[in-house]
Amino acid sequence: MNDIISGLRVTAATMAVCVAGYTTVILGFAQAVTPATANGSLITQGDGSVIGSRLIAQGFTSPEYVWPRPSAVDYDAAGAGGSNLSPANPELAERALALIAAHGRDGTPIPADLVTASGAGLDPHISLEGALFQVVRVAEARGVEPAAVRAIIDRLAERPGGVFTPAPIVNVLELNLELDAELASPASTE
Amino acid sequence: MEHVFIVALIIGGTALLSLPLGAWMKMAMDPAPGQMTGWTSLFGRIGGATEEQGWKRYLVTMLIFNAIMFTVTFTILGLQQYLPLNPDGMGPHDPTLVFNTAASFTTNTNLQHYSGEASMSYLSQLAGLMWLQFVSAATGIAALAALARGIAGRASLGNFMIDVQRASFLVLLPLALIVAMLMVLMGMPMTLQGSAVATTLEGVTQTIARGPVAAFLTIKQLGTNGGGFFGPNATHPLENPSFWTNGLAMIAIMLIPMACVWMFGGILGRMKHATVIFAVMALFILVKITGSVTFESAPTPAFAELPVSTDTGNLEGKELRFGATGGPLWAVLTTSTSNGSVGAMHDSLNPLTGLMPMAGMWLNATFGGVGVGMINMFLYIIVAVFVAGMMVGRTPEYLGHRIEAKEVRLAILALFSHAFLILGPTALFAATSLGQATVQDPGAHGFSEILYEFTSAAANNGSGFEGLGDGTWAWNIATGVVMLLGRYLPIILPLAIVGSLMAKRRAAESAGTLGVEDATFGTMLGLTVVIFGALTFLPAAALGPLAEHFSLP
Repeated sequence: MNDIISGLRVTAATMAVCVAGYTTVILGFAQAVTPATANGSLITQGDGSVIGSRLIAQGFTSPEYVWPRPSAVDYDAAGAGGSNLSPANPELAERALALIAAHGRDGTPIPADLVTASGAGLDPHISLEGALFQVVRVAEARGVEPAAVRAIIDRLAERPGGVFTPAPIVNVLELNLELDAELASPASTE
Repeated sequence: MEHVFIVALIIGGTALLSLPLGAWMKMAMDPAPGQMTGWTSLFGRIGGATEEQGWKRYLVTMLIFNAIMFTVTFTILGLQQYLPLNPDGMGPHDPTLVFNTAASFTTNTNLQHYSGEASMSYLSQLAGLMWLQFVSAATGIAALAALARGIAGRASLGNFMIDVQRASFLVLLPLALIVAMLMVLMGMPMTLQGSAVATTLEGVTQTIARGPVAAFLTIKQLGTNGGGFFGPNATHPLENPSFWTNGLAMIAIMLIPMACVWMFGGILGRMKHATVIFAVMALFILVKITGSVTFESAPTPAFAELPVSTDTGNLEGKELRFGATGGPLWAVLTTSTSNGSVGAMHDSLNPLTGLMPMAGMWLNATFGGVGVGMINMFLYIIVAVFVAGMMVGRTPEYLGHRIEAKEVRLAILALFSHAFLILGPTALFAATSLGQATVQDPGAHGFSEILYEFTSAAANNGSGFEGLGDGTWAWNIATGVVMLLGRYLPIILPLAIVGSLMAKRRAAESAGTLGVEDATFGTMLGLTVVIFGALTFLPAAALGPLAEHFSLP
C-alpha cells in the first residue's frame, strides 16, 4: 500500500513538472520567439485567409503550376501517410506510368522523386531536376518563355543541408506563388 | 562522399557529447557521498520513501510504479472524448487499441496502431503519452543504475522511487528543455490551437493538423520512445521540418543510449571496461549503417523497365529535405537504439536495407534503449565471460563475481525469451489468417511485415512495416502482450542475476581473472553477440528479406 501511495506521489510530481511545466515553458518560448513557425508555418493572403503551409505539399494539377511528388494520402494534412509499398510491388510501376503519361515528356527519363510518394505524403519539395522537367509545360500554359520560368526556379532552388546535401531542391508551393506573382496566369484556367 | 561526412558528424559528434553527459548521469543517478544531497532528500520527501532496497524490493516498487503508469494512461486514453484539451473533437478509441497503446508507451516501445493527428486529443498526447515518454525512459535508466550498483558490490541497489525521479528531473528534463528549444528555433511547431484550414492556390480546402509537436517530439527521441505526434512520425514535415531538425533528432536518438554506457562504467568505476563495450556497440552500428546506406542507394526495382532516372536511389517513402543519407541512416539509428521513430517508411526500403533495422532490433544491445540497451549487453557479457572461462578451463569470473550455472541459465533465458517472443508469434500469425489477412504485399515481403511487427514489439522499438493492417484486435492484443513481456523479462532476469551475484562472496581479482578491458574481451563479446543474437534469427531472415532480395529482377 505504501508503495502505491509513493508511486502516486511520484506520478503527481512528474505530471506537474514534466508535462504541465515542461509543455508550458516550451509553448511560451515558441509562441514568444518563433510564433510563425510555431503555429505551422502558415502562408496567408492580404485578407488573412490561409493559403497553406510552406511545409505541407498541395496537390497541384493545373498545367500552369509546377506539380509536387505524388501522395499516398492525396495531400491530406489531417491524415498523413506513405504508400508503404514494397520495392517490388507492381503498384509502384502502375502509378509511375500514369504520372509519366501525365507529365507527357515522351522519352526523357523522369526524375525519380516525381514518381515516388514521400513518407508522409506531404513532402513540400521536389528536386531541382524535377522542377526543370516541368518548365516547358508551365511556360506554355502561361504563354511565356521557358527561360523566364527557369530563372525563377533557379532562384528558389536551395540545398537543404548546405554542403552536406549536394542535390538542390525547390519548395513547390513557394515556387508556384512566385510564378503567380511574376508571370501572368492565363485566363483560361477557370 | 556526403554519406561519410554526415555519418562521421552524427556518430562522432554524439559520441563526444555522450562523454560529459555520461559523467553527469553518473553523478545525478549515483551521487558519491556528499554529492547532490539536496536533490536526494527532496526526491525522498516527494516519494515518501528512502529505504535502501535489495533486488526484489527494487523490482517490486518498479513494477508497481509501472502499473500505475499503465493505469493512468489507459484511463486518459479511454476517456479522452470527455476530457479537455481536445480542440479537434477526437472521439473514443477501441478498447483493444487503448490496451495496446497504454502497454506500448508504458514499455517504452511506442508501437502505434493509431494515427496521432487523426485520433488523439492533445490531452491524450501530452498527459497520457508524453508523460510516459518521460517516466518509461526514467524507469530504464533507473534499472541500469540499480544493476550497476549491484555489480559494483554495493550492499543495496538504491531506491527506485528516488532513482526514477533522478532520471526524470535531473537527466531527461534538462536535456528535453534544451533540445526542444533548439527544435523550436529550427522551425518546429508548438501550439495548442487546433487544425488550420487552408484554401489552396487551386481552390481546394486543406485541413492542416498541428499541435504541441516540439515538446512531444524531443522527449520521444531522447528517451528512445519513438512514438510520433503524427502518424508518419518524423517523415511528417511538421514533425521534422528540415535537414537540421533531422540531424539534431538523430543526435537526440543516440545521445542517452551512448551516455548510459559511460554511466555504467562510472558506477562500476571501470571506465576502460565501458570503453571496450562502447567500441563493440559502435562497431556494430557502423556496420549496419554502411549496409543500409549502400543497399538503399540502389534504385527502386519496380522502375527497372520504365524511363525513370536511376541516380537518386530508392526514394519511395523518403523526404527530399533530409538528403540521400537521412532515410537509411535514421533507419539504423532508430532500430539500434530501440527508439522506433521513422525518418523514412521502412516498408518501402529495399529488402537488404530492411534487414538492417531488423538486425538492430534482434540484437537490441548496440546501444539499445535508454538503460535497457546496456542491460541487454550485460546479458551478452555474462554469456561471453562464461564461454571464455569454459574455453580456457577456468571458473568464469566477471569483475570478481563468479559466474556459475544459475547466472548463465538466467542470462540465456533472458536472451532466448527475446527470440521466442519474436519467432513464436510470427509463426502463429504467418501460418493463420490472423496475420495472412493483414499483410499488404504478398509472399516474402508479407512475411517480413509480420516478422518486423513482432520484432519491433519484442525489442520495445515501435517502428513498423506500416503497410501491415495492424489495427485489428488480434494484433492489438498479441503485440501488447509481447511488448509487456519483452520489456519486463529483460529487466527482471538481469536484476535476478545481480541479486544472485550479490549473495556470493566476491573473489579478489588476480592475474588469473579474465580481463575485461582489452581488445580480446571486445572480440569475444562481439562474437557472442553475433552468434547468440544474430544467428538465432538467420532462418527468419532467409524467409523474409533475403528471399525477397533474391526474387527481385
